[in-house]
Amino acid sequence: MIEGIFVEGLIYGIMVLGVFISFRILDFPDLTVDGSFPLGAALMVQCLLMGMNGWVALLIAFAGGVLAGVITALIHNHLRVPNLLAGILTMTMLYSVNIRILGNRANVPVLNQPTILTQVTEKFTGVIPDEYILLVFFLIVALVVKVLLDLFFRTDLGMTLGAMGNNEQMVISQGVNPKTLKTIGVGLSNGLVAVSGAFAAQYLGFADVGLGQGIIVSGLASVMIGEFLVMKSNRIGVLTFCALAGSVCFYAVMYVGRFYGYLIHMTPSDLNLIKGVLIIILLIMTQAKKLKVPFKVAK
Amino acid sequence: MIELKNVSIVFGQGTVNENKALNNINLKVKEGDFITIIGSNGAGKSTLFNTIAGTYTPTEGQILANGKNVTRDPEYKRAKYIGRIFQNPLLGTAGNMSLEDNMTITHKKGMKWLRRSLNNKSREFFKQELVQLRMGLEHRMKENLVMFSGGQRQALTLLMMVLSKPSLILLDEHTAALDPKNAEIVLELTNKFISDYNLTAMMITHNMSHAIEFGNRLLMMDGGEIIFDIEGEEKKALTVEKLIQKFHELRHKTFENDRTLLAED
Repeated sequence: MIEGIFVEGLIYGIMVLGVFISFRILDFPDLTVDGSFPLGAALMVQCLLMGMNGWVALLIAFAGGVLAGVITALIHNHLRVPNLLAGILTMTMLYSVNIRILGNRANVPVLNQPTILTQVTEKFTGVIPDEYILLVFFLIVALVVKVLLDLFFRTDLGMTLGAMGNNEQMVISQGVNPKTLKTIGVGLSNGLVAVSGAFAAQYLGFADVGLGQGIIVSGLASVMIGEFLVMKSNRIGVLTFCALAGSVCFYAVMYVGRFYGYLIHMTPSDLNLIKGVLIIILLIMTQAKKLKVPFKVAK
Repeated sequence: MIELKNVSIVFGQGTVNENKALNNINLKVKEGDFITIIGSNGAGKSTLFNTIAGTYTPTEGQILANGKNVTRDPEYKRAKYIGRIFQNPLLGTAGNMSLEDNMTITHKKGMKWLRRSLNNKSREFFKQELVQLRMGLEHRMKENLVMFSGGQRQALTLLMMVLSKPSLILLDEHTAALDPKNAEIVLELTNKFISDYNLTAMMITHNMSHAIEFGNRLLMMDGGEIIFDIEGEEKKALTVEKLIQKFHELRHKTFENDRTLLAED
């Protein structure tokens, strides 16, 4: 069970990193996530069913996510729509797109197809105990993504993205177009979310249009748990670690809720309520602690 | 340098709230000019800066930069050669980032890509430049800017702007939000940088004696117009009394002196 919690936390952790980028670094509350997560899943499953290599399929899923984010950013930038609404627009449109990608079906399984996960399991079976193969694999994947992000946010471009979330006027004064930065940032964020969706689909064995429902809330809750647990810092390495740690904690709570919730007559449909209540509790706790954790949506 | 030709700005055109914020402004800023601008609240000083910087697009008229028409260029494009400091000392820097990160971002203008230009060499360069501020900031490179005072952040913004070598700098009451001691320090630094680096500058101030003391040229604005433009020896001979009298002569009304006289030394 413990490895299941970690695997889930790490898979969704990639999504949490994406949410962290848009909400925390860019100060761009982006709801596209609810659509780009199943988009990644749908692209992955369809590509696999077409017999494509899993890693190529992953790249396509990433590109799809980036495109979704870019569309949100373009709507926001050029039509002067508030960022929340721009995200909701893309998310709504993606629902139809995802069903199209899945061939007019709401749910498509990949149970008999070789996926990245089955290949990895085959390769390392016998080397590591079977139940830990995926855990090690996702630990590596999440760490690679984390380290790449840490490197990215230390480049001039990455730092400027951080500055924009903090002070847009400063970025304009440096002769940088904030619209370009938003497009890059939101694109990257949704690319990560789609990658997370692609892994989730392989892990679950299917892609479903409903996969992304409420995922933004899970992502935010994870980010906030991470910020709550680990000390405050502005070092990007610590921040991305917080996001991953928060994700593992959050999905551990959800896991427990799913498997032992029946003891208190809880059904899986109650989980969304639990998520929301969890966020509210976190907000109250952070305010009580007088720690400054701005909840940017409420702005 | 920068030239404004018949520039007008009208807010809320065609509505009952129509307001002519700038009225047919003609201004030629020559290279090496240090222009101080005074005028009562609502005279159009900040609107003039916003128009030069590109925040507002003129309703009529043209803006030329080095002979090129830039009237419709967005603010971020003009920012490559126009440096600007605001009254709010927090607007020039990112508070939740370290001093060295801030300096890396502001060091060179224009779009940033995947290079990492912060290294020991650039750190050394930043430290050397920071010494000029005489605030000891060179020992606090890794600290977040929220830990710094408004005066320190404004001085830093000034230094970073100067290092990017802009053709024109716009100072919009950049010492007004600071305490008197810090305001004095930042103003002295401003004057020093402008003469050391031979910069072209425009400075809005509410302090008449500052307007007279600094710079080689003085503009007085009222009702969206430049009513008085004086430079050289003539400007040197100005006094606060003469300036107020001049305003009275030109406008046949008393200078709205709520802040102006209070700020008089």
